[in-house]
Amino acid sequence: MSYLTDGPIDTADLVRRTVRASDGASIVFEGVVRNHHDGKAVQSIFYDAYRPMAEKEIAKIVSEVQSQLPDVAIGVVHRLGQLAVGDASIVIVTSSPHRAEAYDASRLLIDRIKETVPIWKKERGPGGEEWVGWQGARY
Amino acid sequence: MKVRLLYFAVLRDITGKSEADMSLREGTKAFEVWQSLREQYSQLAEYRKPPMIAVNETYAEPDTVLRDGDELAFIPPVAGG
Repeated sequence: MSYLTDGPIDTADLVRRTVRASDGASIVFEGVVRNHHDGKAVQSIFYDAYRPMAEKEIAKIVSEVQSQLPDVAIGVVHRLGQLAVGDASIVIVTSSPHRAEAYDASRLLIDRIKETVPIWKKERGPGGEEWVGWQGARY
Repeated sequence: MKVRLLYFAVLRDITGKSEADMSLREGTKAFEVWQSLREQYSQLAEYRKPPMIAVNETYAEPDTVLRDGDELAFIPPVAGG
């Protein structure tokens, strides 16, 4: 299964594929394109990735969280390409027999994915385009 | 030896390409390739240290010695999610 997609994410389908009959809680986290960043207006975002490595890094994070919280079932899809304000860029579904683990897993997954997975975004606004994080990366 | 260099995101915009094969002398370290890119592209001049580095789709240290056939990528600050 691939963790990356070029089209809109089907959240309902991901929930169906993740949640088991033994689960009593299912948490859906959607990361959504917002219309501002650092005080600047954002009209759209282009997401780029080092695809094979991003797949591997997400798989690694999923299996780490899985071994930390073994009762949780996990579904992750990250979208790439051109996204508009309001579009979901990532959907994370976590489900478990009881809610506490599903909430914990959801938070762990998004925090770790943001840290290490080689995915980049270029924000476009009225003032032009910018790769997020690059300007502040001079050493 | 030959190494394939992959460019993503801001680095693809700056270099105007998504990949290139480079001929390197034996023993070349990953960060040395970054230094040569800095000499080639003025937009990188202020970026003394390389961003994160991946060799064959795995994060690697800057002083990793490259080998023939390696796939090298410099990873600008990531912004997934």
